[in-house]
Amino acid sequence: MKTRVRLFAILREKAGTGELALELPDGSTVAHAIEEIAQRFPALREGVSNIMVAVNTEYVHESQPLHDGDEVALIPPVSGGAWAETKGDAR
Amino acid sequence: MILVTREHLNPESVTATIRRDSNGGVVTFLGTTRNDTDGRRVLYLEYEAYPEMAHKMLARIAEEIRDRWGIADVSIAHRFGRLEVGEVSLVVAVASPHRAQAFAACQYAVDRIKQNVPIWKKEVFADGSVWVGMEAEHQVSPIS
Repeated sequence: MKTRVRLFAILREKAGTGELALELPDGSTVAHAIEEIAQRFPALREGVSNIMVAVNTEYVHESQPLHDGDEVALIPPVSGGAWAETKGDAR
Repeated sequence: MILVTREHLNPESVTATIRRDSNGGVVTFLGTTRNDTDGRRVLYLEYEAYPEMAHKMLARIAEEIRDRWGIADVSIAHRFGRLEVGEVSLVVAVASPHRAQAFAACQYAVDRIKQNVPIWKKEVFADGSVWVGMEAEHQVSPIS
C-alpha cells in the first residue's frame, strides 16, 4: 500500500525533506513505517524515539494499522510541551 | 473563530469575534516573541506548522473548553512562518458571563496549545539556532 509521510521541524531538517512517499506491505503498522523511515534516513534514528505520530491528522499509537492512502506525520516535541503528557491524546 | 495563518495577527480583531452582550468579561492572551533565551539574543523566530492538523487541534481545544466550562465564546489565532522579535504569534480570546471561568479557560487553552498542537518554534541566534523543546539534544547548529 502507498502512504505519504510528513516530516516536520528537526526531523525535516535532518532528512532534508518534509514529505515522501512510502510503500509498505499490507497489514503494516505505524511502527513499521517509522522503522522504514529510520532505515532510509539514518540521521532520524535518534529523533524518532521521541515523537508522536499522527495518521490523517489524528494522534495514534504505534500499533495503529495503516491503509492505502494514509498520511503519516512524525511529530517532534511541540514548543514548550511535555511529550509524556501528550501521549494521552493518542486514540 | 479558529485561525492558523502566515498573516500578521490583529488581537483586536480576534477579540471582537467573541464579544457579545451576555458576556461580563473577556480574557485575551497574546503569545509574543522574546528577544532573549538563556542570555542569547534572538534575531528572529521561525514557526513551522502542520496546518490542517493544527487547525483541527485548536478547534478541539475550543470544544474541550465548551464541555468543561460551558463557554462557547473562544477564538484562537496562531501565526506561523518567520516572526520578528516582539511580534504576536498567538492570540487566545475567551469570553464568559463571569470572569473566573474566562481566566481559567484561557489558561487551559494556552497550556493545551503548547502541549499538542503541531506548531514548532525555532529560535535563530547570531551563532546558531535551536528548535524549542529540543534544547537537551544540543542541536544548536550554524545558520544554513
